[in-house]
Amino acid sequence: MIVPVSYYLVLSGVLFGLGVVAFIFKRNVITIFMSIELMLNAVNLAFVAFARAHRQLDGLVFVFFVIVVAAAEAAVGLAIVIMMAQNRESLNVERVDQLKF
Amino acid sequence: MTAVTISLPEQIANLRRIAPEIVLCIFGMIVMIVDPFVKPASRRALGWLAFAGTLVALASVHVAAAEMGFAYSRLISTDNFSIFVHVIVIVAAGLAILGSIDYLDREGIQRGEYYALVLFATAGMGILAGANELITAFIGLEMSSISSYILCGFRRKAKESNEAAMKYFLLGSFATAFFLYGIAMIYGSTGTTFIDAAKAELERQLAANGHFPALAILGLGLIFVGLGFKVVAAPFQVYAPDVYEGAPSPVTALLASAPKAATFALMIRIFYVSFHSAGDIWFWVIWISAVLTMFIGNLGALVQTNVKRMLAYSSIAHAGYILVAFAASTELGIAAVLFYLAAYVLMKVGAFLVVTHVGQEGEKRLNLQDYAGLGMKQPALAACFSLFLLALLGLPATGGFLGKFFAFQGALDSARAHGGWVVALVIIAAVNSVIGAYYYVRVIVAMYFWPQSSDYTPTRVAPALVVALFIAAIGTLYLGIVPGRVHSLAESAAHSLPLQSAGSNGPSNAIVIAPPQNAR
Repeated sequence: MIVPVSYYLVLSGVLFGLGVVAFIFKRNVITIFMSIELMLNAVNLAFVAFARAHRQLDGLVFVFFVIVVAAAEAAVGLAIVIMMAQNRESLNVERVDQLKF
Repeated sequence: MTAVTISLPEQIANLRRIAPEIVLCIFGMIVMIVDPFVKPASRRALGWLAFAGTLVALASVHVAAAEMGFAYSRLISTDNFSIFVHVIVIVAAGLAILGSIDYLDREGIQRGEYYALVLFATAGMGILAGANELITAFIGLEMSSISSYILCGFRRKAKESNEAAMKYFLLGSFATAFFLYGIAMIYGSTGTTFIDAAKAELERQLAANGHFPALAILGLGLIFVGLGFKVVAAPFQVYAPDVYEGAPSPVTALLASAPKAATFALMIRIFYVSFHSAGDIWFWVIWISAVLTMFIGNLGALVQTNVKRMLAYSSIAHAGYILVAFAASTELGIAAVLFYLAAYVLMKVGAFLVVTHVGQEGEKRLNLQDYAGLGMKQPALAACFSLFLLALLGLPATGGFLGKFFAFQGALDSARAHGGWVVALVIIAAVNSVIGAYYYVRVIVAMYFWPQSSDYTPTRVAPALVVALFIAAIGTLYLGIVPGRVHSLAESAAHSLPLQSAGSNGPSNAIVIAPPQNAR
């Protein structure tokens, strides 16, 4: 039995949407960061599904690039989080409110 | 599957086409390698080394310009357009480095990796300007973004710098995810990630089905979210004032200028080339975004008493003016965008470099009150700042005026295609320019007519900063008084883009998986 490509796309859309919702409503910076990773994985799933639909390798190659860049982003992101934790002793983004209108 | 073989001459030609990026990356690596061997007291020499890197990169743009064409199996397109944007980006980086050298000493954070990150970010923006393929564009975008996240937080002890880095990082990655999802949608509907091949495929589908594939339009919308964030187009501008205020001032100078130029270049490639035939659809998106961006930027700037934050809002407003030219969807519009970017980068970097100096240790002096009487204490610095502010305002004889002039002219020129809506857009832009006059002139009035604030003892302007301000000021005046040469370069740059349907589908770069498995 073959799972149609559209199923994967719907799943990817749902994952992406969950990531967006979590990004907006979560308060802990690590959780927000994880929701971004979820969005990136939704993108990867879409790429694999499309690569399968088109019978090409391009989409699969793209996934590798996304994974590599996500890793680089995670390294920088966690460094920024550590810096913030040292200076403020909190990971709650609502307490990061020095700069505002 | 056939193995791809590239002959040696072709290999060398490829290298020449990406010469500026190679030079920037090599200098970035040299700076990082040399860094541990340099005594902390003499680390400022690394800044000069990095500045030399941007000069060599600027020279190497000529090498690339002599070898136009596609590099690395069409991944990168070295054309007049890419060359023009390269020059803008590298000049901005060079000026920002000059402004950083003494700033970093003052703040006690003189480190080699700062300069290396600036160079890597610039290389990323160069790739962004030349990318003919969306994966390559993504890599360029991330090279510049990830470096900028770190640069924003470079004043590690300062809470506002932390905050800027965190906000920029979280929202930047968020926007990147949208950009990627957009690429996935375009890939899904066209089967290619090449910008020019997608154009051919989309036009073929349009001719065959009579309508645009919905998936591709969705993809374009998502890409606009992702790139709109980077060029601070409304409604994705929310982060910009905070990040620009919290980041170290020379970094703000770079962030507010170069990435905007490079990202607009990519937007032009995607919107004008790939989605040329969908112009009627995206015109409205750009129209609404341009109006929102201008109003939010200008009205936000009106109420600021912090000059750095005011300039941040002003850079949002300027993104709006650029979008006005962008909405034209003609070659004239592209030329106007490019000219505007060239003028904008010089005046914006110049203005933020003045803020860098006046801020003094710890960037404590950013308020309008701190500028009171600057015209008496440091006339040359105040004159420079006035020039940049007047250019941002759009006073004749400065680059800012002609930038606006070409932008509005380009938009009006397309009135035949888009009707009265484009005229309305230009009128809104003109009204906004008038609103802008208030907050720019207020700073000038403060500098010359307000009583001097007593607690301010002016510090000597460092030679490197003098050089940077001088270049920015001369450039601003040059673009305002003799714009002909740069404008004709911008026109030839716009002309080098494959806007019209060339009909050349080009070789398909897709690697096809051998026999279709699981035939249904």
